[in-house]
Amino acid sequence: MKRLSLSQAFWFLLRRDLLLAMRNRAELANPLLFFVMVITLFPLAVGADPNLLSRIAAGIIWVAALLASMLSLDSIFRSDFEDGTLEQLLLSAHPLPVLVLAKVSAHWLVSGLPLLLIAPLLAMMLGLDSDAYGVLLLTILLGTPVLSLIGSIGVALTIGLPKGGIILSLLVLPLYVPVLIFAASAIEVVSSGLPATAQLSMMLAFLFLALSLSPVATAAALKMSMS
Amino acid sequence: MTALLETRELTCVKDDRMLFEGLNLALKPGQILLVEGRNGSGKTSLLRILTGLNLPESGEVLWQGKSISDVGADFYEQVNYIGHHDGIKRDLTCLENLRLVQAMGKPLPISLDDALEQVNLLRFGDNFVATLSAGQKRRLALARLVVTEASLWIMDEPFTSLDKASMVLFQRMFEQHLAAGGIIVMTSHHDIEMPDSDVQRLDLSA
Repeated sequence: MKRLSLSQAFWFLLRRDLLLAMRNRAELANPLLFFVMVITLFPLAVGADPNLLSRIAAGIIWVAALLASMLSLDSIFRSDFEDGTLEQLLLSAHPLPVLVLAKVSAHWLVSGLPLLLIAPLLAMMLGLDSDAYGVLLLTILLGTPVLSLIGSIGVALTIGLPKGGIILSLLVLPLYVPVLIFAASAIEVVSSGLPATAQLSMMLAFLFLALSLSPVATAAALKMSMS
Repeated sequence: MTALLETRELTCVKDDRMLFEGLNLALKPGQILLVEGRNGSGKTSLLRILTGLNLPESGEVLWQGKSISDVGADFYEQVNYIGHHDGIKRDLTCLENLRLVQAMGKPLPISLDDALEQVNLLRFGDNFVATLSAGQKRRLALARLVVTEASLWIMDEPFTSLDKASMVLFQRMFEQHLAAGGIIVMTSHHDIEMPDSDVQRLDLSA
């Protein structure tokens, strides 16, 4: 029998990771709960002034999304590393970057997509300008996959280290900053009535850049970490 | 017959300690290499270098005369590696694990039930791996050998936590693989008795 085609292998691994995520729902809910909790705590801490909240709403949502995404990063490769399936993926006849992309896609579907779905509710709670809803969702849609993709490189580099968590944050956070800046800027200009095409185009460019480069970098980093 | 798997002047250094140097090996179809040596003598390192997971300090590993890093996918398709870890997922059932193994390698046209029967796990097909005993997990890990088509089997202590009956079962399976022209490289603390096979021994402590 011939081995699976590249796209079949991609979908197979993606489905496997989604299945595993469904069987570990508690882990799955963790970043989402964090996201919701951080955002609900803000009005309690800074006061319930609607003007203030609506002004900082986009910033709060984005910072919380960024931290929630970082919180869940380690789970991309952790369990596979510990039970030896990562070793087997490295020895697979399929190209590693494609397998990595499948794993990162699955990770985004269970950690990034829920943030996108719950964001409108939280935006409403904070009283975000209604004109900015669409752009907020668009920035999360374009931005969170970039966070997962960049994060996967950091995880791959630190997976073999005993206390990799701190290094991972130091490594990944600076690379997250451009995404945050452009996302916040897009929402700000839309709230003041201007088009955010430039910022959104930049974010789309980030996404394509990360999609094409990060799986290759992650694959190389994994090979290094495993040896 | 020419050698399928060769090493040229392999040298392995770990934490500034020379584990072995100038290692030349040549394995022909039907041969098994037993790697022996004390704990920490570099058995696992050698096995991982042969799979390409680790890189040697110097020297190279050749598959059909070409360096394994140049051969790439065509080499990995031919390798089955069983390491210290079983490489199976706790939260998947036995059958789901075998399907994954087949998807990532070159599947053999064998029904998965037959494969499970060969390793005496037929009744456990729909059980989660988390519920299996250590020996059963090891047998499932070794079922990888049955469901994929690979000529080179590299195994690090394959008999860990197996009972006597299972050890005999897998030794028979290894003999069949060798008779069919396969190659095996393995380490084991257990005594291996395969009188009909072409057994080579390499002692890394010497």
